[in-house]
Amino acid sequence: MNELSASSRITYRAVMVRPGVARRIRGLSDRTLAWLFITPTIVLLLAINIFPLLWTIYLSFTNYRANRANAPTIWLGADWYQSILTDPDIWAAMQVTAHFVIWTVVIETVLGFGLAYLIDKKFRGHGMWTTIILLPMMLSPAVVGNFWTFLYQPQIGLFNYVVAFFTGRAASSFQMLGDVTLSPWAIVIVDAWMWTPYVMLICLAGLRSIPDYIYEAAEVDRASKWRQFWSITLPMALPFIMLAVLFRGIENFKMFDMVNLLTGGGPGSTTEVASITLKRAAFESWRTGYSSAFAIILFVTVFGLANIYVKALNKVKSR
Amino acid sequence: MKQTLKALAVACGATVSAFGVGAGTTPAQAQGKTITLCWAAWDPANALVELSKDFTAKSGIGMKFEFVPWTNYADRFLNELNSHGSLCDLIIGDSQWIGGAAENGQYVKLNDFFKKEGISMDDYMPATVVGYSEWPKNTPNYWALPAMGDAVGWTYRKDWFARPDVQKDFKAKYGREIGVPKTLDELKDIAQFFQGREIDGKKVYGASIYTERGSEGITMGVSNYLYDYGFKYDDPKKPYAMDGFVNSASAVKGLEAYKELYKCCTPPGASNSYMSEGLDAFKSGQVALQMNFFAFFPGLYKDPNVGGDKIGFFVNPAGPAAQSTQLGGQGISVVTYSKNQAEALQYIKWFSGGDVQKKWWALGGYSCAKSVLNDPSFPSSAPFAKEFLQSMGMVVDFWAEPSYAQLLQAEQKRVHDYVVADKGTAQEALDGLVKDWKAIFKEEGKKF
Amino acid sequence: MTSATTAHSVVEPSATTRRVAGSLVVLYAIITMIPLVWIMLTAFKSPDDAISYPPKVMFKPSLEGFCNLFTTRSRQTPEFIRSLGPPQGLCDSIARDRNMVVAGPSNYVPRFVNSLIIAFGSTLLAVALGTLSAYGFSRFRVPLKDDLLFFILSTRMMPPIAVAIPIYLMYRTIGLSDTRLGMILLYTSVNVSLAVWLLKGFIDEIPREYEEAAMIDGYTRFQAFVKVVLPQATTGIAATAIFCLIFAWNEYAFAVLLTSGNAQTAPPFIPIIIGEGGQDWPAVAAGTTLFLVPIVVFTVLLRKYLLRGITFGAVRK
Repeated sequence: MNELSASSRITYRAVMVRPGVARRIRGLSDRTLAWLFITPTIVLLLAINIFPLLWTIYLSFTNYRANRANAPTIWLGADWYQSILTDPDIWAAMQVTAHFVIWTVVIETVLGFGLAYLIDKKFRGHGMWTTIILLPMMLSPAVVGNFWTFLYQPQIGLFNYVVAFFTGRAASSFQMLGDVTLSPWAIVIVDAWMWTPYVMLICLAGLRSIPDYIYEAAEVDRASKWRQFWSITLPMALPFIMLAVLFRGIENFKMFDMVNLLTGGGPGSTTEVASITLKRAAFESWRTGYSSAFAIILFVTVFGLANIYVKALNKVKSR
Repeated sequence: MKQTLKALAVACGATVSAFGVGAGTTPAQAQGKTITLCWAAWDPANALVELSKDFTAKSGIGMKFEFVPWTNYADRFLNELNSHGSLCDLIIGDSQWIGGAAENGQYVKLNDFFKKEGISMDDYMPATVVGYSEWPKNTPNYWALPAMGDAVGWTYRKDWFARPDVQKDFKAKYGREIGVPKTLDELKDIAQFFQGREIDGKKVYGASIYTERGSEGITMGVSNYLYDYGFKYDDPKKPYAMDGFVNSASAVKGLEAYKELYKCCTPPGASNSYMSEGLDAFKSGQVALQMNFFAFFPGLYKDPNVGGDKIGFFVNPAGPAAQSTQLGGQGISVVTYSKNQAEALQYIKWFSGGDVQKKWWALGGYSCAKSVLNDPSFPSSAPFAKEFLQSMGMVVDFWAEPSYAQLLQAEQKRVHDYVVADKGTAQEALDGLVKDWKAIFKEEGKKF
Repeated sequence: MTSATTAHSVVEPSATTRRVAGSLVVLYAIITMIPLVWIMLTAFKSPDDAISYPPKVMFKPSLEGFCNLFTTRSRQTPEFIRSLGPPQGLCDSIARDRNMVVAGPSNYVPRFVNSLIIAFGSTLLAVALGTLSAYGFSRFRVPLKDDLLFFILSTRMMPPIAVAIPIYLMYRTIGLSDTRLGMILLYTSVNVSLAVWLLKGFIDEIPREYEEAAMIDGYTRFQAFVKVVLPQATTGIAATAIFCLIFAWNEYAFAVLLTSGNAQTAPPFIPIIIGEGGQDWPAVAAGTTLFLVPIVVFTVLLRKYLLRGITFGAVRK
């Protein structure tokens, strides 16, 4: 049975099925069947992902505007790319995005790994508590993010009240969403609240993948717990942590919904992440050509960074 | 097996038709019997629902409504118009959309219809015709029927102004009686006076003003100061020449004055407030003064807590250069992509009727018809009617160019960055604004 | 980890460690739950209680939030209200206490129904397409297989706003703007990458020998797929389906940009529920609560597959 390759056996069987229409459907060769199975997905992706992507690339070289469908479309070459890459506002948005991505990833990784480490101690009821911790990340960032504007209200919001309760400051003395220094942190807090469990879950899988015998061997060598953590736990969980960082990094680079509802990019432009800039250019100013160029730049950036990162990840894995 | 496949195919087909095509054809059930009207979600919209019941009763045409809050209103409906969607048959679109909607053929041109039905624009207040109907401005090309007159005005707590302790303290501090402010400086004094004061054991604040970032809020607010200080959108003699008009020394002073008011005299957390936040602040008794559109005044007057004799209304006070106010308000238009244009036009014809316009005002809408506004009894028909008339005589509107959204965004950013986020100086903000606007007009191919 | 380890094993944490770890985790869990509990509490507050200062933890429960969620109301004079008959139902009498009358149903239910149709429709399609392709990739030698799989995954790296720009133009041209079909196709295309990757993992785990045995018994390849592989993959398919469902259910960016009414889902709608002034927080909270309940249930059901789902099958427990 193992001698024959599966496909040759199938072909052989296929010939033996009774003739007729049924045969045409069921008796397909593996090759045909494979394409039959895969093609619909590819067609859908071509229609809804690739064709639009190509269109975006084309538009990014023109002055096209979606709200001026009748106006003549002029070929601009790489003008938009040049003006975007030299636009200080775009760089400001990129900095805001970088601040957001870096801090959320750092906080989520530290908290998430810490939690995973604690949960891995398998105290009583850890299953139930883990499920509870996981809840925020399953919810709609838009719907929940919107509610956070209520929690952040200076007078009546729970967040300010709790902070006031513990610090003794007046609850109305600070505004998380209205203050230029606090608002970049306001969005980091909500994202960390939602997505720390995500990192935790991946880290937990990493910790659980470390076989016990390694620790047992370390015990035999009388390695301290501290040393075990640094030389066994962390290195072995590292690929998982890096994976979590990759996923969170990509997601937060694309961040739109939560921040849009929480601050809309304000105050001023202090929380205007790249996606919000893009949305304003594309769907409020209707500078379709310009925003297409920006979209391509963003896509190339994510793609490039992710690829470099994956290479690093593979290096760590193969170590 | 064959049956399974067949069943699967049928199921798929059924699913697709039930979900997609079925959905696509739902408007067909309307078949001339129901039309959808799109507008903002606010008090006057509820009044319009009430008013439209008469239309349904008379014509047999059902009315559906799609109301969106102001902060999403422009975004949502311009998106809808640009997507050539047929959700809205009638749209009460903002005054600044008219240029884009006309040039891109999103609104049905109403000249022929007006002529046929005997509707004359001479029967409407000139400011509203220019503001809500015409494109290009000051030419007889009509794209809407003026539906809702509106402008920015102010409300104040009459009951607080009348308190002996307030009157005594105010006089001691400013050497004059407290009263409705005639100038923006007086307004600031009053706001500063109330800021942090205790009234009936509750800490209150000076004024609620527009500071919203996302849509148009802070622009609609700051304009009232800019106009009064001498800001002009462009050289009256040379269209689109903005240097020295948008960023003139007096305009800079106006912007600074607005920031001062924001910094000294607004409630905490008012960094992103627009119409509804203003209403909340005023209704909850937090503020003495509120900047808001006249549209809300009928509702505020009816409010059980702060309405009646506790509330007073005044027009935007004068500044050093002028006394002007920001135009609000909308005209009602028929959407080109509508499948029920005949019924939609029928609605406009009905709406233009004299009795309907009277009832519209009575229910809380602001009619633009001369038959209503020029009636001798109009100024006394509501405590804000006189102020409304006065305001409509001094309105200025934002750009109504096809690129209005972009122009607006630039101002939103520049002004919010300066006023709320403390970035740069007023001069830098307005210089930056000129730069942004020039770039936008240049992209449009405008010569200046 | 291994069942062989006894309580005294060197790698088992001590009772104290466990207790400390447990209390820290419980503390975190409680903090993290506060916002969610607050949403649910707010849903049952009256508007005055909801915006009281300091925030009220104890309050008289009210259904006003739910009433305001499901109805639209208009303010009337007391005289007018007195002239009406007795209130019809609970919501009407709540409204009348505030000098208002119920004018009609709100748009929440239609938006919720859109959410249901679009989420389930796109899930069905994505899982169907995903299962077929996953089987194809898992069992057959497909040319450029790795490239295709990577291509499928990379479609997820585009920021949604960037995808929405050409889709907006495309849908405008072919008349799919603001239609459920348009949204179903779009969500399907986003979800299909998740479905392929997840299901490929699940199907890879089903031993080929099962199908081969079936085929020796006279089944064709297709029959073997339907009668042997599909039943074996049921759990995986179910888990995948729920993940697709959650994505489509929670999605906001596409919905807010590509729908305006007929096909609008709940996420863009809930944040714009406003009362007479600003946001009507009890109504928003009520709408949010109803919207979150299904997801909370799914999360509890799914916890075994959660890791796999959220990492595209990159990590399996």
